[in-house]
Amino acid sequence: MSGNQIPTQRLHRREVTKVLLADRGGLLVIAGLGAPAWDATDVGDHPLNFPLWGGMGGAAAIGLGLALAQPKRRVLVLTGDGEILMGLSSLATIGAARTANLSIVVLDNERYGETGMQETHTARGVDLAAAAKACGFLVTSMVTTMDQVAKLRADIHTAPGPLLAQIKVAPDKLPLVLPPRDGTHLKNRFREALLGEAAHMQR
Amino acid sequence: MSVHWSRGLYDLIKQQGIRQVSLVPDAGHSALIRLCEADPDLRMVRLTTEEEGIALAVGAWLGGEKSVLLMQSSGVGNCINMLSMLSVCQVPLAILVTMRGDWAEFNPWQVPMGRATKNVLEEMGVLVNRADSEEDVVPLAEGTLRIAYNTLRPAALLIGQRILGAKTFEN
Repeated sequence: MSGNQIPTQRLHRREVTKVLLADRGGLLVIAGLGAPAWDATDVGDHPLNFPLWGGMGGAAAIGLGLALAQPKRRVLVLTGDGEILMGLSSLATIGAARTANLSIVVLDNERYGETGMQETHTARGVDLAAAAKACGFLVTSMVTTMDQVAKLRADIHTAPGPLLAQIKVAPDKLPLVLPPRDGTHLKNRFREALLGEAAHMQR
Repeated sequence: MSVHWSRGLYDLIKQQGIRQVSLVPDAGHSALIRLCEADPDLRMVRLTTEEEGIALAVGAWLGGEKSVLLMQSSGVGNCINMLSMLSVCQVPLAILVTMRGDWAEFNPWQVPMGRATKNVLEEMGVLVNRADSEEDVVPLAEGTLRIAYNTLRPAALLIGQRILGAKTFEN
């Protein structure tokens, strides 16, 4: 399986995330719980980030709801292999919904990083990009070089999706860079940044 | 009966300005699903499993849209951990649940989850109403939707199996 045909030199997740979130413009970002939330915050805490502290398996479906509500904006779900594996069926839901403005990027270290670096199924060759393609995603890729990451950054802003990229990254244990943890605060600041003061008056 | 309660539920969805309707189908919801599918202003999101609908509601609300989630009572069990997000983030969501494992159930495998449905929802912070007669469905649904969206919390209406089993409507 293609998941095993990867260079021994793995990419570094925070370098990858920095490139993906560069010049982000109006990009709306859902960051899956654990390392992807810390990675997104390492680039810089941002009101249009919604970092998750729970809801494992739900990041992609949150991205779907947001992308449907905001069809003129681009939505990026930045998540991990363990997180997406828990909600793998949501790839079928997104493929069926054919949501053009939604991208899912999996930072795949083949590990459950927050619980002791136990292997996930991707360590045994499970190919998330192939699964997404089979579910009807229009753009899918297995990413192993920084050149591919730079191209992916452009696709996130312009390519008709749904898009899923599986980026093979090193299983580094990095310093935690924590976003705010109050979910109501994260929600309110996101809605205000996106919808303006009217967000608080919605009926 | 002149107007089926499913029509009343559809009217409430429209009155509340709900845009996203997510669902795992149930026979009891089939008339409402057909009404919603015929409305081009509603986005129907077919789910593979019910917890996706909880996550979808969070994303919809982040983007400024209300959603409603339709499911059978067995799906409530699939949602438990994901329901945490609604309480923690104060996200409004109305969940319309058709009951199984309830009045005159014929399938023993449906009974455990049917018996646990109300307690599971309440333990996870969801306000629960229950309708056991046809004339109560729409008024209780109105209260469920209003308290969910006006007070920014999850609320569910359980529609008893006696109502669903009493007659089959084809709109």
